[in-house]
Amino acid sequence: MPDGALQPGSADPVLDVRGLKTVFKVRGGEVHAVNNVSFDLRAGELLGVVGESGSGKSVTMMSLLGLLPSPPADVRGGSVRFEGQDLLHITPEQLRAVRGGRIGFVFQDPMTSLNPVFTVGYQIMEPLRAHMGLNKNAARARAQELLELVGIPGAAQRLDDYPHQFSGGMRQRVMIAIALACDPKVLIADEPTTALDVTIQAQIIELMKELRDKLGMAVIWITHDLGVIAGIADRVLVMYGGQVVEHAPVQELFRNPQHPYTRALLTTIPKISGERARRLTVIQGQPPILGDAPTACPFRDRCDVAIARCATENPPRYDLGGGHDAACFVAKGAVDA
Amino acid sequence: MLDQTNTALVRVRDLQMHFPIYSGLLRRQTGAVKAVDSVSFDVMQGETLGLVGESGCGKSTCGRAILRLYDITGGEVTIDGTDIGQMSQSDLRTKRPTMQMVFQDPQASLNPRMTVEAIIREPLDEHTKLSAAEKEAKVGELMDAVGLNRRFAKRYPHAFSGGQRQRIGIARALALNPKFIVCDEPIAALDVSIQAQVVNLLEDLQEKYGLTYLFISHDLSMVRHIATRIAVMYLGKIVELAPRAELYSDPLHPYTKALLSAVPEPDPAIAQTRERIVLQGDVPSPANPPKGCNFCTRCPAVMPVCKDIEPTYQEVTPGRFVACHLFETTGTAEKTAGYI
Ligand SMILES: Nc1ncnc2c1ncn2[C@@H]1O[C@H](COP(=O)(O)OP(=O)(O)OP(=O)(O)O)[C@@H](O)[C@H]1O
Ligand SMILES: Nc1ncnc2c1ncn2[C@@H]1O[C@H](COP(=O)(O)OP(=O)(O)OP(=O)(O)O)[C@@H](O)[C@H]1O
Ligand SMILES: [Mg+2]
Ligand SMILES: [Mg+2]
Repeated sequence: MPDGALQPGSADPVLDVRGLKTVFKVRGGEVHAVNNVSFDLRAGELLGVVGESGSGKSVTMMSLLGLLPSPPADVRGGSVRFEGQDLLHITPEQLRAVRGGRIGFVFQDPMTSLNPVFTVGYQIMEPLRAHMGLNKNAARARAQELLELVGIPGAAQRLDDYPHQFSGGMRQRVMIAIALACDPKVLIADEPTTALDVTIQAQIIELMKELRDKLGMAVIWITHDLGVIAGIADRVLVMYGGQVVEHAPVQELFRNPQHPYTRALLTTIPKISGERARRLTVIQGQPPILGDAPTACPFRDRCDVAIARCATENPPRYDLGGGHDAACFVAKGAVDA
Repeated sequence: MLDQTNTALVRVRDLQMHFPIYSGLLRRQTGAVKAVDSVSFDVMQGETLGLVGESGCGKSTCGRAILRLYDITGGEVTIDGTDIGQMSQSDLRTKRPTMQMVFQDPQASLNPRMTVEAIIREPLDEHTKLSAAEKEAKVGELMDAVGLNRRFAKRYPHAFSGGQRQRIGIARALALNPKFIVCDEPIAALDVSIQAQVVNLLEDLQEKYGLTYLFISHDLSMVRHIATRIAVMYLGKIVELAPRAELYSDPLHPYTKALLSAVPEPDPAIAQTRERIVLQGDVPSPANPPKGCNFCTRCPAVMPVCKDIEPTYQEVTPGRFVACHLFETTGTAEKTAGYI
C-alpha cells in the first residue's frame, strides 16, 4: 500500500510531499527515477537526504520545484503542499515567485549553474531585485553582506569578478549566497558543500544552524557525507532506486539502521581516527535499472538477507515506531497491517 | 610495508603561480593573486602525496602548475630528472606522456560528442605512432584495467554513471603509461560506495604500474586512507608536511589542528558533543596576504612575532616539515626577545 507514514501528532509541516512520481521518457522506454516518494519538513528542521548515486535525490527535489524540462521528464503524480498551495498544480508564474524567493535552492553542480558571462555580484543581485524589489545600491550592499556571510574574503571587490576567477569552493559558496538572498522559509541544498574543505564546511553548517534558529528556516540537505548528516540533521531520509527505503531521527538511524542498504552504506565510510582499513568496503553489485514501475524490492539483488517475498513484492514503508520507518520485509518490527 | 624507494620523482622548489589583477579604465596590472607562493616539496617514487587545505588555498593551481598547464611565475619543477619549470610548451609535448591529470569533474572534462573509445584513444593518436589495430588493443586493455566493460566502448559519456565516467578519465590518463598522475579531487562528486571503488582502483593501479600520485582532496578521512604523506596548504603556502600517521595523531601546525578538529564524524553521538576548533576571522585574500605569517589573522596560538616575520618552512624532526614560529629551532629566541 502507499507508503510514507507520517508521525501522528507532528506539527504542521511547512512542506509536505506525498506520493511523488517522476518518469523520464528515453529512447526505447522509460526511467522511473522517483517512485512514490513521501516526506514532510517542519519549520526550523534540518532533513538530511542520503542515498546512492542515481537513487533519485536530485530528481525528487527538481520535480517538486518544477525545474525538470518536460519532455523528457513527466511528473506523474503526487502533491507538494507549501503555504497552502500545491506546487504541482499552480501556474508557472506562481511557481517562479516561490522558487528563489520563499524556497531557496542550491544546485548540485555550481560549476555549470553560474553563468560565466555575468559577474558574481550581478548574479547575487538578480534575485534580490526580482523577488525583494531592492534598488541597485541596496541590492549591492546586501550582495556584499551575503558574500561575507558565506566567508568570501574581500567581498566588496570580488562582486565584480567573474565565476572563472573563483575557486571551486568559492563558486559553491556563491550559490549558497544566492539561495539565501531572499530569507527563504525552506532551503533545498543539493550537495552544497562537496567542493568545500572542512573548515569552510563547518562555517556553512554553523551559518545554516543560525538561520534555522533565527529565521526558523527549514533545510533539506542532500549529501553523501554521512559525517555532515551526523552533525546537523534532525531526521534522515535514505533513498535507493527512486524510493525512500528508510527514514528515522538521526541518532536512531546511525544506532539502529534497519534497511540492509543503510547498513551497507554505514560500513563503507573511511574513518578519521581508529584503525585504518587496508581496503575500503564497497557495496557489491549494480544499482537497479528503473525501467519499469517497481514490482519487487530494488535492493534484493545486492541484499544479504533477502527472502523469497522480496522478488515478488515491493516492500512498503513499515512503521517501526518512534518516527522510524523502513521499506524492508525483514526489518525488526515490520508487521503487515 | 611501503616499498617506496625514497627517491624523489617530482621535485618542486619555490614554485610560484601568480595571476595578475588588472583594473582601472586602462586595465593596467595593479596587483596579483598569489595563488601559489613559494611552495617546495618532493613526491617520492611510488608514493601518494596528499594535498589538503581550505577552499581557494591554491591546491588545484599547484597541481596544474606542476604539470605546466600554466606558465609559472617562478621556481623549479623537476620531474624524473628533467627541469620542466621553464620548458617551452612545444618541448613539453614530449614530456606530457609521463605526467597526467585526472580532473575533478568527469562530466565537464569528457567531450560529450566522442565515444568512450575515442576519448581513451585520443592521447594515443596524439603522442604515439601505433597502428589502428594496436591502438584498439590498447584501448581494450585500458578499459579492462579500470573495470569498464569493453562492450561499452562505442557509447557516449552521458550514458555512464558518475563513477564510470571517472574511470573513463582514469583510463585516458593511463593511456601513455605515465609515471606521475595529479588527481584533483577525483572522488568529490561520487557517492561513498563509488568513492571506495575509485580509490581501490587507484591503489590497485599504483601497485601494478608503480604509479606516483599527487592526490588533491578536501576529504581528510579519504586522504588518511590513500596518502603516504600529506602536505597541508594555507593561502598559497605549505604550512605542514608529514607522514600520514604522525600528521593525524600529532598535528603540529595550529591550522592543521583546526582542520582535523573540523572533520565531520559519521556518528551523531560524537558529532554533537565533540570539541571543534572554530577558526575566527576571515580568510585573507591571496591578493593581499597579511604581514608575517599568513595564518596570523586566524591563529588561536598567535604571538606578536607572527604578525611581523614570516616563519621559515623547515624540517623539525626527520620527515616532518612545518612553517610556524612555535617550532622554529633557530633564532626564535632572538626574534621573540625583541617583542617582550
Ligand atoms: N534527463 C534524464 N533522462 C533520463 N534519465 C535521467 C535523466 N535525469 C536523471 N535521470 C535518471 O534518474 C535517476 C535519478 O537521478 P538523480 O540525479 O536524481 O540521482 P541522485 O540521487 O541525485 O544521484 P547523485 O548522488 O549521483 O547526484 C538516475 O537513474 C538518472 O540516470
Ligand atoms: N585564472 C585565474 N585568475 C585569477 N585568479 C585565479 C585563477 N585561478 C585561480 N585563481 C585564484 O587563485 C586562488 C587559488 O585557487 P585554486 O583553484 O587553486 O584553489 P583550490 O585550493 O583548488 O580551491 P578549491 O578547494 O575550492 O578547489 C583562489 O583565490 C582563486 O580565486
Ligand atoms: Mg544528485
Ligand atoms: Mg580546486
